[in-house]
Amino acid sequence: MSHSLEAYLILAVLLFGIGTFGFLAKRNAIAMLMSIELMLNSVNLAIIAFGAFTPELAAQASSIALFVIAVAAGEATVGLALVIAIYRNRRTPLVDEYASMKE
Amino acid sequence: MAAAQRRSTTSKRQGVRKEGVELPGTVPYLDWRWDDLIFLLLAGVMLGSALLVVLGRDIIRSALWLILSFAALAGIYGLLGSAFLAISQVLTYVGAIAVLILFAVMITQSKRGTAKLVFNRQWWVGALAAIVLVLLMALSIMLTEWDVTSEVQVAEAREVALTIYQDYMFAFLALGVLLLAGVVGGLYLAKRDDDMPETNSPMRARRDGEEGA
Repeated sequence: MSHSLEAYLILAVLLFGIGTFGFLAKRNAIAMLMSIELMLNSVNLAIIAFGAFTPELAAQASSIALFVIAVAAGEATVGLALVIAIYRNRRTPLVDEYASMKE
Repeated sequence: MAAAQRRSTTSKRQGVRKEGVELPGTVPYLDWRWDDLIFLLLAGVMLGSALLVVLGRDIIRSALWLILSFAALAGIYGLLGSAFLAISQVLTYVGAIAVLILFAVMITQSKRGTAKLVFNRQWWVGALAAIVLVLLMALSIMLTEWDVTSEVQVAEAREVALTIYQDYMFAFLALGVLLLAGVVGGLYLAKRDDDMPETNSPMRARRDGEEGA
């Protein structure tokens, strides 16, 4: 089981689905960012699984996954700073109360 | 070659191995291979803690479960033979991003406690979309004939470093610029404006002004 690509890909897909549901359903902006991190992690897992089962791509997959980790760190920085800035104005982290653009 | 020599000398230096401790080839009573068991354990921990992140009510507990999910994923990276990536996963996600998320949670925690509604009103649409997405992707994975080996290829850290610093040098430098831009942007966005007091935010002031007029 741990030596088949499909198992890892199914695992990545399940993690991606959990992240998708969290991003679509949560009200808290930080929880939505956490769900995005889950989705990025699942994509990383898929990349590493492809690299591990293709001998000539192992090093490439690891470096691409490292780039994804670094970009995810930058995304988390900017996203959380955005949430903090909005929270400072609106006093709530719940995204469905940010309705001022509708008014 | 040099690594192999070094490994042989270190094993000689360790001297007599403990002969008595010998793991059986398969897991006792279950007849599984050991890495299958480890894979199932890590996958279960990762998916369970990810579900708790999404379904939990308390945002701080969600963040803590997220850390556990990242750590289990680092273990899966190790199982896939890329130890360097497992280490950087622990350093970056379990170390840095988790602290960042906890910090943001602490800042934006409201005094009213947790919200009554964790999910928004359209949560079932999100659930439906996620389930359909998972089914589609799982179906396409199962229906594809993957032309891959069945043995895990170990990615040595040296090869990964050579790949990054030779083949992907421009991407590496661009990534440095991107991280710098991210840090500067994050600082600028989260910076407190000193000329306006905290309780009198611009949005509220503007709304009050409109009501007054």
